[in-house]
Amino acid sequence: MKILGIESSSLVASVALLQDEILIAEYTVNYKRTHSQTLLPMLDEIVQMTETELEDLDGIAVSAGPGSFTGLRIGSATAKGLGLALNKPLLAVPTVDAMAYQLYGCSHWICPIMDAKRGQVYTGIYRFEREFEVLKPECAMDLGELIEEIRESQQTAVFLGDGVPVGKEQIIRELGDRALFAPAPCGRQRAAAVAALGTEYLKAGRMQTAAEHAPEYLRMSQAERELAAKKKRQSQETEQR
Amino acid sequence: MKDVLVLGIESSCDETAASVIRNGREVLSNVISSQIALHTQYGGVVPELASRKHIENINWVIEDALTQAGVSLDDLDAIGVTYGPGLVGALLVGVAEAKAIAFAKKKPLIGVNHIEGHVCANFIEHPDLEPPFLCLIVSGGHTHLARMKDYGEFELLGRTRDDAAGEAFDKVARAIGLGYPGGPKIEKAARAGNPHAMEFPRGKVDGSPFDFSFSGMKSAVLNYLNHAAMTGETVNQADVAASFQKAVIDVLVGRAVLAAKELGEDKLVMAGGVASNGALRKAMEEACRKEGIAFYHPSPVYCTDNAAMIGVAAHYHYMKGERAEWDLNAVPNLKLV
Repeated sequence: MKILGIESSSLVASVALLQDEILIAEYTVNYKRTHSQTLLPMLDEIVQMTETELEDLDGIAVSAGPGSFTGLRIGSATAKGLGLALNKPLLAVPTVDAMAYQLYGCSHWICPIMDAKRGQVYTGIYRFEREFEVLKPECAMDLGELIEEIRESQQTAVFLGDGVPVGKEQIIRELGDRALFAPAPCGRQRAAAVAALGTEYLKAGRMQTAAEHAPEYLRMSQAERELAAKKKRQSQETEQR
Repeated sequence: MKDVLVLGIESSCDETAASVIRNGREVLSNVISSQIALHTQYGGVVPELASRKHIENINWVIEDALTQAGVSLDDLDAIGVTYGPGLVGALLVGVAEAKAIAFAKKKPLIGVNHIEGHVCANFIEHPDLEPPFLCLIVSGGHTHLARMKDYGEFELLGRTRDDAAGEAFDKVARAIGLGYPGGPKIEKAARAGNPHAMEFPRGKVDGSPFDFSFSGMKSAVLNYLNHAAMTGETVNQADVAASFQKAVIDVLVGRAVLAAKELGEDKLVMAGGVASNGALRKAMEEACRKEGIAFYHPSPVYCTDNAAMIGVAAHYHYMKGERAEWDLNAVPNLKLV
């Protein structure tokens, strides 16, 4: 089984090829956010280097959000274009799930945090000692509330993601030595993890067509939020009258 | 000779579109998924929402275009995509999609300038039209007076210094309570109005005879409305619409005909969303007839954003041997020249 993984939800741009659950190639760059310029040349590079025929792929796994809206769409549109051209299924893997999937054999809670701005993180809580367990599905929440939830649970948690440099001080202050931080090889998004979890999705039949796939942003656009707030205000005013 | 088939993809603003073009001139399919209904409740295009709609719709639109044309991706000679100007997030969806398809199918990729696409829309219905010619490009984002020297080659003569003509239409429409999209709504309201009810200034740019300025005209309309509101005077919506539209038309026709006469051009091509305005077409047609200038414009469906025009433009770049690389990026402020 051959799976291509695509990850572009944050500053990391990454593509990977998995064959029969073995990582054949991965190209990961965590530098400037120019995914629209880098992603396809990176894919071209690994396809050429591994003499891969794209027609032989069984599925295209894509990091499907949350994350940078534009970044997600670059990955999604790339996956959708490949899926359309090759007539292959898409495997939409939640970004935070794929991040947590890197820490196999970990008895602690795994807690990916992506900087979502406005004091929030995109996160989830996972355990991957044997089976991959989703304890708290992907969501956007205040970092303070997440820390509180972990503190009350009395668990030790491993943090990873680009929310770490932003929130590390606060996490250590609140959780002390019950907070661990993942080292560099599993500290950010990687397409290998997206492809690996995507392989499990394919086996379980959790597929999408390229046409129906769209990212899961977990957040409305600013214009939608403002319109919803305005409508709410208006209905409250009507009630008061 | 073998037919040349090009797939065009367009996502620069609020239309997701795909089209298959045969031999640069014949439209085999022209699919447009419009988002106007979505953006109307916000009074204009919301970039993030436009991008979200593009990614939801793009595959259906492309598949539809192929099916209607009766061709498969394997039959194509090239894939053309708008890479600017436009909303960056919206452009990126089309660009990433087109690159992935071209890469997977090993087809040449052509990056197309959206403004050039508008001009090329004229080749669809005018089989005899060939460059060189003078062109006036008027849309929500652009007001350009240019000379198309050869396929894909332009010389810029003039442009707007502030608002685009279509932008002024949108702003005035909002101010007089007509809403979005402003162009068609003003045109409709103007039919019942007196174009000489008020005389709004026909803005000029000193020292640049072919440049445009619409902000003064727009401000004059807003001032008139403010003054009317303060004095309790009732505003005749139709008269304001008609007078404003007349002022815009006078400027556009005046500049275009002046340029044609001064440069000795005998062909004038109009393009862009505003070129679908019936009153503007009529006025330009009359002025050109008086001066002995041949006047060309597309049908309304090829004036507003579409992918057929992108496919046509891509065809001529493809024939010249031009190819985009896999690092093709969206360029939101891409220039015509």
